[in-house]
Amino acid sequence: MARVFMFYSRLRAEEKMIIEAAKAREIPLESIVVSDLAWPNDICQRKDVALCRCIGHRQNLALALTLEAKGVITINHSDVMNTCSDKIATSSKLSIAGIPQPDYAVAFSLEGTLKCVEKMGYPVVLKPPVGSWGRLLAKVNDKDALEAVVEHKLHLGSQHSAIYIQKYVDKNGFDIRATIIGDCPVSAIRRCSNHWITNTARGGEAQSYPLTDDLKKLLVDVQRAIGGKLLAVDVFETYNGYLVNEVNGQPEFRSSHERVTGVDVAGKIVEMAWTLAQKSDENDF
Amino acid sequence: MSKFVNCVVCEGKVEVSDELLEGEIITCPDCGSELEVISLDPLTVAEAPEVQEDWGE
Repeated sequence: MARVFMFYSRLRAEEKMIIEAAKAREIPLESIVVSDLAWPNDICQRKDVALCRCIGHRQNLALALTLEAKGVITINHSDVMNTCSDKIATSSKLSIAGIPQPDYAVAFSLEGTLKCVEKMGYPVVLKPPVGSWGRLLAKVNDKDALEAVVEHKLHLGSQHSAIYIQKYVDKNGFDIRATIIGDCPVSAIRRCSNHWITNTARGGEAQSYPLTDDLKKLLVDVQRAIGGKLLAVDVFETYNGYLVNEVNGQPEFRSSHERVTGVDVAGKIVEMAWTLAQKSDENDF
Repeated sequence: MSKFVNCVVCEGKVEVSDELLEGEIITCPDCGSELEVISLDPLTVAEAPEVQEDWGE
């Protein structure tokens, strides 16, 4: 019979919540720290389901690839991790699917960046293509600052050699964080801050936000475009409608806690993984 | 019964929960260092690694 695993490197609040949710539902979940093991190994067998929860993108991707080579069903699949861990890849997939997002551009030099921003107009936000928790974001209001920031970026190594530029969106002090499990949007919160960066990892306050039909439709479109069984989508609410800012493929969901959203996100994740395991027994993949 | 582990930074005594899990981060009340639980039997902690560039969601 197919089993459900959770592999992790650091036990965050989310992994604890998943363990507790499995216990409460009497779902047999095997939780394993990846750090000192040799990979690949025989822990998982073909058709087992694995929640990949390493805190670092690189390790999580390597874990998923190793498991997938053995026929294990990973949440999320490495293809989804690759898309979500790179903002350029995410924007590209959203563009292909015609999903509204802030204007963006990519440049490889100061000259290229100046051309992009000249076309786009100030202010802009420069983001590392690979990065999380709002780290190293720079809101740039004028050419002097742009030249300085880009010069610094180009000295930070190859991870910063492609510059992702996004048109700054005035979001009225909040953005929306919505969670999709399986192919269903399950919860949304508003993340509020006086700072233009509203990540809860950077101090943004979580409040409930209605999962309206319009928002649900957008989220379903995002899931179809990106794939994956567990996504967190960051959305701006603007006068012209919703814009998808980012899609997270290994989400932290402590701020979408049941006391804010009325939804047990960890419980739904465990149930989804358990259902997949049962289905994988029935189907020959 | 309370369980304790010695902080690897300041050697202070850190009280830990019976429900402690491998990979969990605890904080030394004396020096404030973050400690990662690397083994439950025997209970062993190491200084938690600094945040790396690709960490996060």
